[in-house]
Amino acid sequence: MREISMERVEKTREEILSIIKSAELTHEQKVTNLANQADSLLEVLDVPEGLDGLLNVPQEDKCICDLFEGHAPVRPRYIVPDYAKFLREGSAFLQLPPAQDLQEALDFLLIMYRHVPSVTNFPVYLGQLDDLLEPYMDTVDEASAKKMIKMFMRHIDRTVLDSFAHADIGPSPSRAGALIMEAESELEDAVPNISLKYDPEITDDAFALLAVDCALHCAKPSFANHRMFVKELTEDYVLASCYNGLPLAGGSYTLCRLILGGIAKRAKSIEDFKNKQLPYVMDIMARYMDARIKFEVEESGFFENNFLAKEGLIQRDRFTAMFGLVGLAEAVNILFEKEGRSGRFGHDEAATQLGVEIMDIIWDFNESHVNPYCEITGGHFLLHAQVGIAEDVGISPGTRIPIGEEPEELIDHLLVLSKFHRYFPSGTGDIFPIDLTVHKNPEYVLDIVKGAFQKELRYLSFYSGDSDVIRVTGYLVKRSELEKLDSGQAVLQDTTALGLGAAKNGHILERKVR
Amino acid sequence: MRVAVNKIIPFSSVDGPGNRTAVFLQGCNINCRYCHNPETRGMCRGCGVCVESCPKGALSLETSEEGAAVVYDETKCVSCDTCIHVCPFDSSPRTALMSPEEVYGRVKKQIPFIRGITVSGGECMLHPDFLCRLFALAKADGLGTLIDSNGTVDFSDFPELLSVTDGVMLDIKAFSGEDHRRITDHDNKTVLKNAAFLAERGKLFEVRFVIVPDLYDGEKSVRQAAAFLRPLLSFGHFRIKLIAYRSMGVREAFSHCRTPSYEELCALSDMLREQGFDDIIII
Repeated sequence: MREISMERVEKTREEILSIIKSAELTHEQKVTNLANQADSLLEVLDVPEGLDGLLNVPQEDKCICDLFEGHAPVRPRYIVPDYAKFLREGSAFLQLPPAQDLQEALDFLLIMYRHVPSVTNFPVYLGQLDDLLEPYMDTVDEASAKKMIKMFMRHIDRTVLDSFAHADIGPSPSRAGALIMEAESELEDAVPNISLKYDPEITDDAFALLAVDCALHCAKPSFANHRMFVKELTEDYVLASCYNGLPLAGGSYTLCRLILGGIAKRAKSIEDFKNKQLPYVMDIMARYMDARIKFEVEESGFFENNFLAKEGLIQRDRFTAMFGLVGLAEAVNILFEKEGRSGRFGHDEAATQLGVEIMDIIWDFNESHVNPYCEITGGHFLLHAQVGIAEDVGISPGTRIPIGEEPEELIDHLLVLSKFHRYFPSGTGDIFPIDLTVHKNPEYVLDIVKGAFQKELRYLSFYSGDSDVIRVTGYLVKRSELEKLDSGQAVLQDTTALGLGAAKNGHILERKVR
Repeated sequence: MRVAVNKIIPFSSVDGPGNRTAVFLQGCNINCRYCHNPETRGMCRGCGVCVESCPKGALSLETSEEGAAVVYDETKCVSCDTCIHVCPFDSSPRTALMSPEEVYGRVKKQIPFIRGITVSGGECMLHPDFLCRLFALAKADGLGTLIDSNGTVDFSDFPELLSVTDGVMLDIKAFSGEDHRRITDHDNKTVLKNAAFLAERGKLFEVRFVIVPDLYDGEKSVRQAAAFLRPLLSFGHFRIKLIAYRSMGVREAFSHCRTPSYEELCALSDMLREQGFDDIIII
């Protein structure tokens, strides 16, 4: 372990005191932040030369961001337990037998959620809930099932205090899936995030329309292109956290992101960006990720000692890592300006085409970089269009068209997106606030989803222009909670603070309503 | 064959089921007092009033042997709608003469995101040959085809058009001929004949009532229409849409009518349900 300066220690002590005294943080949020401060004093990773100048620099010069993972990762970033195995076999560590009926299944899941770590200290994956619960549906009558599922969903919202917690349903219609959506429509809560794995060949229209109706009430579920994910990750995939496609019973060791706009600022020209600056930064970020993964696997002891691994609910060799990026739009626009060209990403064909060329370079780099611990994905990381963080100013998520610059017509917007979603097996997505009149015509949304998935779009979210629960970027907040926090009061969920930052810096309340 | 097209909306959620491209043709043969798109009613006469009013210089007047015509530069337009507000003839300089093939070229881009097209107006049944050709093109690509009509043109005269039309969304502006004339300057004999004719052939997709309490007795009109329409349900299902008058877009002289409450429309909907209609939408 390398030494650090006393100035850094002093600065950290001040940070710690301000966390303790904060009026806006709940007790749990303070504990989490205090742990992060402790970990920030460690220097144990073998980081590549050159990283410091790309990572630890003022916001506007940053080219790499490690998304608060800390200096000594104590667990993988995203953990995706096999909850079906848990319900089937019980857990020795948690002293629970196999679940016998719906009541036990729901109770055992709530117990388990308390013990699944992640970068947020809350589980980012809550299971394929419909498949998990359907086998127990006949153990109670319909009315009881409805009540129990509604209480279960509310319990999650009030105890898993982070809307990166993500549950999946579909693609097959089911009673449990329908009851989950019914409960969510009534509750209108922010947690959990939900995806419907959608395949028009498997999911019937009635079930998909339930999902549209539910989304117009509470901004979820989102629609995930099931066929696309299966092709890339097999049937054993999940959607976790924002919209991250990951292997079941595994997860992601780490997620770092390229800030493409920052890299574009370093470049003299498009050619310099493509041939020199981007490859330079990608190489350093990949080796930084390698170092984090090496520590997690070889030194942290997580995979030897955590009960999830010991009981086979996760398997080390089903973990991969996410090679993220943000700000493709800004990179393209900066490069065009540097060359005196006027087109903008998402509008000008040549500008959008430059975006495609940049993505091809990133894809090829990732395919050539090998990490020994990502066996499940062929030894490579998975590309990820990161949704941004609250501090991002002038950085659009992933490959999104900046808010305020959306094409006038939705069709033009979708056709641009269809060029980019294919690059991101570990997740990308776009979000559309929808005009109220669509409540009368949910098929409108479903037609768009069907068309989009034929055009290789991967993940789409909709919410009603006037609903309280809205999708910020990859997670959900209640507008009413944003207002509360903005007035200086503590709020229940961690993600509300992120949402407030995104509202102020990322203009997420100003999206074009469709 | 070219007709004046007012606009094409690539994705519409309000012109029939699912997502559809909606095409609005220019020109109408009746004069609904509460028309929500009065700028689609008349044909441009090249008077040039709008040219002088355009704040962005997007309009100019060109004269040829055929007379004067307004030329519209889409790139300068900011959609402020000044031109349509000042037009003395309920028209718009932003229309374009288009062939069915040209219109379909603008529709095709939306495949596979749309399930069909809807042609509205103005009154699109003033151009049955155009519709017939456009719908044949759409059908060849598997798209659905709907007509949005005021029902004053007799559909039984156009069997070929009906063969490529999935259904008609028909307005019954009022059930009594007298009310209808007062609201639209036109009687409704053909409208009611069309309702029966289309229902018998399974082509009546939807019947619509715009409720404007200040103009006519909506309750009486809907009740009488329901008695007339109920036997037609035996030929197959059709939807009823109850639309509240709103002042948005309406000409100044008629823009002060009262908007009926949601509860008033619900009462009409309940009455229709009692009569056996089960697919009713309130807008």
